[in-house]
Amino acid sequence: MKNLHPVIKIKSFATGKSVKISEKTLEKTQMATEFFSDIGNMAIFIKEIVKETFSRDFEFKEFLRQCYEIGNKSLPLIAITGAIMGVVLTIQSRPALEDFGAVTMLPGMVAVSIIREIGPVITALILAGKIGSGMGAELGSMKVSEQIDAMEVSATNPMRYLVVTRVLAATFMVPILVLFADGLGLFGSWVGVNIKGDVSIVLFLSQAFSSVEFIDFFPALVKSFFFGSVIGIVGCYKGYNAGRGTESVGVAANSAVVLSSLLVIVVDLIAVQITDMIL
Amino acid sequence: MKNLQKEPVPTISAKEKPDRKMIEIIGLKKGFNNQEVLKDISLQLFSGENLVVLGKSGSGKSVLIQCIIRLLVPDAGSIEVLGKDVNSLNRNELDELRKKIGFLFQSGALYDSMTVKQNLEFPLRRIRKHLTEQEIKEKVNEVLENVGLADALDKMPSQLSGGMRKRISLARTIVIDPSIMLYDEPTTGLDPVTSDEISALINEVQKKYKTSSIIITHDIECAKATADRIMMLQDGEVYLEGKINDFENSTDPIIKSFFK
Repeated sequence: MKNLHPVIKIKSFATGKSVKISEKTLEKTQMATEFFSDIGNMAIFIKEIVKETFSRDFEFKEFLRQCYEIGNKSLPLIAITGAIMGVVLTIQSRPALEDFGAVTMLPGMVAVSIIREIGPVITALILAGKIGSGMGAELGSMKVSEQIDAMEVSATNPMRYLVVTRVLAATFMVPILVLFADGLGLFGSWVGVNIKGDVSIVLFLSQAFSSVEFIDFFPALVKSFFFGSVIGIVGCYKGYNAGRGTESVGVAANSAVVLSSLLVIVVDLIAVQITDMIL
Repeated sequence: MKNLQKEPVPTISAKEKPDRKMIEIIGLKKGFNNQEVLKDISLQLFSGENLVVLGKSGSGKSVLIQCIIRLLVPDAGSIEVLGKDVNSLNRNELDELRKKIGFLFQSGALYDSMTVKQNLEFPLRRIRKHLTEQEIKEKVNEVLENVGLADALDKMPSQLSGGMRKRISLARTIVIDPSIMLYDEPTTGLDPVTSDEISALINEVQKKYKTSSIIITHDIECAKATADRIMMLQDGEVYLEGKINDFENSTDPIIKSFFK
């Protein structure tokens, strides 16, 4: 049978002899090599972040500026999303609970759903899009326009100034934004309940929190820290390691969003498994 | 293909050389993806001189100065800057050395998110930590006046023209009082008038701040205006080294193509 893919000769690393290989196989091998080297490079990147986090000259002022950039500037988006999330979840859940005559459990059910799972995950995914892409594009652009090199030759460690501050700011701001989204989600849920009923905010909250326990709240908060770290690390890694061309900026921003969103889901899966085992 | 006869490399007499070597490079090699960009480059930069490294695009000029400040790590050879072997320094030692070197990037590399004032204060606050707020303010104003842009203090880099960006970038490098200046294509992308102004500024910086400089360029007018000595690179090798007259009087076709 005729080989559809062109065959080329390459030198084997193992034997040093020339071997025949199809272009398709070579392409796949290169992709696999890139994938594993990317994982290795990211591990080195994380090691550098940890090392620089505990260095003497921590850039506290820049860290605070990043907290403001990430935290304050994400508030409107998180507020709107959180409130809508609460309204939608309540409206969607009501018919199912009505079938079982359990409408009074609506506040409790929505509160547990939002606090345990939907609040942290939806907030993290939105922030992966907003701050992950922002970090990827900003650092990528700085790389392309030699600003990172300029920082390096100014005897300023760009890893410490640009990366550590952003990763830590994301790590601390995402849980705060998750709490904010949870609060707005519950408010949205109260609005949703009142579309077809008349429940005071005090009664709603007392019903909601009677179903929520510390065990619902604590693991969700802990995993939010990990979500923040993942978003910060991936955004910075993709931007910091962008290529030299202008198209690299777009690639860095895009891949930061895709990878951080994926990793948020993976971290969530792991967190759920661990919580399930421990509790 | 025509066989080009390379002229013997003229050297400067010992009498003309100031004593102190600021930079000494021996046998520098650097390649990327099996392509050799620099092949056995050796050079010396003496105290107070402007050395122009001339060559067409892709001849390895920028790679050379990036190796000097260790933005790139060479494959072979030694680089000594102010008596220190650049490649054997740890991070802290390298940072200490970099505090004495100014690097003007081809693109200017101004920090987009900062105003001109913040751009100038950035290296100052990190390198001259002992300065008071008043001293920082005075230093920033001084270098801005030196580059003729005292009124640009609160502008963002996006509000500046190409020439202004280069001037501010130059101000940012001299604000730390470097002993050595490395200029990467300082006049590229500028109109002839602005190019002449930048060349004049390079000479002013040399006189006022007593700097020793390596100027990477393919702009002959800039080379003529600033060079105490010229080194020409061709295909990653030193093709000719000497004074401007040696180049202008050369009959070598490659050199003539630059100096026509």
